[in-house]
Amino acid sequence: MYVAVKGGERAIENAHAWLAEERRGDTDVAELSIVQIREQLSLAVNRVMAEGSLYDPDLAALAIKQARGDLIEAIFLIRAYRTTLPRFGTSKPVETGTMACDRRISATFKDLPGGQVLGPTFDYTHRLLDFKLAAEGDLPEAPMREAQVGEVPHVTEFLNREGLIEEALHDDAPPPDLTREPLEMPAERALRLQALTRADEGFTLGLAYSTQRGYARNHAFVGELRIGSVPVEMHIPELGFAIDIGEVTLTECETVNQFKGSKTEPPQFTRGYGLVFGLNERKAISMALVDRALRWEELGEDNEGAPAQDAEFVLYHADNIQATGFLEHIKLPHYVDFQSELELVRKLRREAGASDVQEAAE
Amino acid sequence: MKDTFDENNPRKAWMGLLAKAPDGRVAKLLDAAIQRPAFTWLRAPEVGSTMVRARMGGTGAPFNLGEITVTRCALMLEAGEIGHAYIQGRRKADAEAAALVDALMQTQAAKLLRASVLEPLEAEMTAAKAVRASKAAATKVDFFTMVRGED
Amino acid sequence: MQTQTLSGGFEDPAIQSAHAFRGIMEAMARPGTLQTISGATPPAPLSPAAGCVLLALCDTDTPVHLAGETDCEAVRAWLAFHTGAPTTGSTHCMFAVGTWDTLAPLSAYQIGTSEYPDRSATLIVECPALETSGATLTGPGIKDHASLSVPDVQALQSNRALFPLGLDFILTCENQLAALPRTTEVS
Repeated sequence: MYVAVKGGERAIENAHAWLAEERRGDTDVAELSIVQIREQLSLAVNRVMAEGSLYDPDLAALAIKQARGDLIEAIFLIRAYRTTLPRFGTSKPVETGTMACDRRISATFKDLPGGQVLGPTFDYTHRLLDFKLAAEGDLPEAPMREAQVGEVPHVTEFLNREGLIEEALHDDAPPPDLTREPLEMPAERALRLQALTRADEGFTLGLAYSTQRGYARNHAFVGELRIGSVPVEMHIPELGFAIDIGEVTLTECETVNQFKGSKTEPPQFTRGYGLVFGLNERKAISMALVDRALRWEELGEDNEGAPAQDAEFVLYHADNIQATGFLEHIKLPHYVDFQSELELVRKLRREAGASDVQEAAE
Repeated sequence: MKDTFDENNPRKAWMGLLAKAPDGRVAKLLDAAIQRPAFTWLRAPEVGSTMVRARMGGTGAPFNLGEITVTRCALMLEAGEIGHAYIQGRRKADAEAAALVDALMQTQAAKLLRASVLEPLEAEMTAAKAVRASKAAATKVDFFTMVRGED
Repeated sequence: MQTQTLSGGFEDPAIQSAHAFRGIMEAMARPGTLQTISGATPPAPLSPAAGCVLLALCDTDTPVHLAGETDCEAVRAWLAFHTGAPTTGSTHCMFAVGTWDTLAPLSAYQIGTSEYPDRSATLIVECPALETSGATLTGPGIKDHASLSVPDVQALQSNRALFPLGLDFILTCENQLAALPRTTEVS
């Protein structure tokens, strides 16, 4: 139960003012600009765009500045802003096969057409703190080499040609949209993927890790991981044709999983899919593993009772804005609730005390 | 890479090019080329969003990935040519410049604008892409066999 | 694309759509009152009031059914440019616009579900005249009773019987509108 009370206004205003001052920190230190955050903390910006479900690097950088670097608070700001935007339409599905790849690796085929392209990765760094960065250093230039022209085919297409992997069903029915209608169970795969791509990175990572450790074991290979930019094309009604309206950077992960077959399907490989705004391969791989685990029912696998197989558990707890909203609300005034609890406990103790006295007397 | 000047629909090609141009670039090229003509707004620049869709497994059924910010506007020149713009981001001035170029491309200024706005823009954007592609190519792994066990 | 279809929208969308919304809300809250709304000049045969309602309430998420003569190229293009709303048949629409006869049969429209009664259609009925006389209205938002020229008493009574499901109606004529939400009893 909630009761409106007044009286906190001045305290709240002063708290806001102090928050602004603390956000700025020591004024002898130069203030961060939005473009600095956008350019130099770009992976934080990418995470805020992915989980905020709105691709706009400048807005995400602003949100990070306003939130003092608290990324979930920044995601909250982006989600709130997103709801104020009129929606002009829906893009055609982006074609990741035509991606201009910065990075593209496969853990399943060494010599694949297009090659293994490492891109600007942390993978082979030694994870030793680089104290040169603490001082302003010279910027090394990235070497260049003549690039091959042409589109880079998806690795799973090779398996598909041999019929060794399940076919990705091509269907053009409009998918459900959880920003328009509440998430309801059972959730079809399109809805699950939308929920997962904006899901909390840590929660998704933990669930994906649990599947690797044996909870709903699905031995996954990274068939392909690619990062790069794709154009976004939208049909414009007043023009009567579609145009490119922009370009987004995406991280895509396709896993290839063993599948021993079922009553209706021969032994073959199956797919898990991860696709995330920006550059975030930890999230993309996690998403692909969780997507695959959630597909147990349609593939005729056993329900092992693992958390990652439970769509309701996964989807209802994966959104960090819902989670933090409900979690943090318990710190707000619950005076009346607590008063009634207090009354109840006192009453129970009185009754217990009275019966003790009675028992002692008998 | 797609041919930007698609002969079947040149307008589709130039609108796409204008939408993907860097901040402020279209306005700069436009103002260097020509004095801006008078126009009236059919729809003043407004910021909204577009839901981006993708396909499961890259090639399968569609799902909703997330939104991008978009600015759009529509304007009419005095002689009646109508220019539209739909461009990524929250960029009202850029949308205005893009819609002006779109309208002017339907006038006698088309040839001038193609040479002084569209072609330089395309060259710049192609060059930027080529630099990225070359850096990526430099990180391509050249495998060589160290030991082959054939006993 | 014709200039006519690209003009005739709200010149100042933030202000004018808020005014239009207020007018529609007042009409819904007080069935039997007439509200004057303006700002839209849609192509014929749409009335300015119906145009305002479409501009204020429709967007890409609200499929619209254009009934009868409103289903013409000019209206389609105007609606697409100014609202982005897709057009659809009567069975899938969230809004429908047309004269009473062309909107029939009412049984075709979505009336919502018991979990989500709001997932129902709103019909914008273009009327030859709109007066505060005729059928008697009672129910929420009406002190004692009100009067309104309604197209078909019996059909509105059947709709009332579906409550909490059912359709809502906005009656339009030139630059005036009145509303008949599903809560209103008509006799």
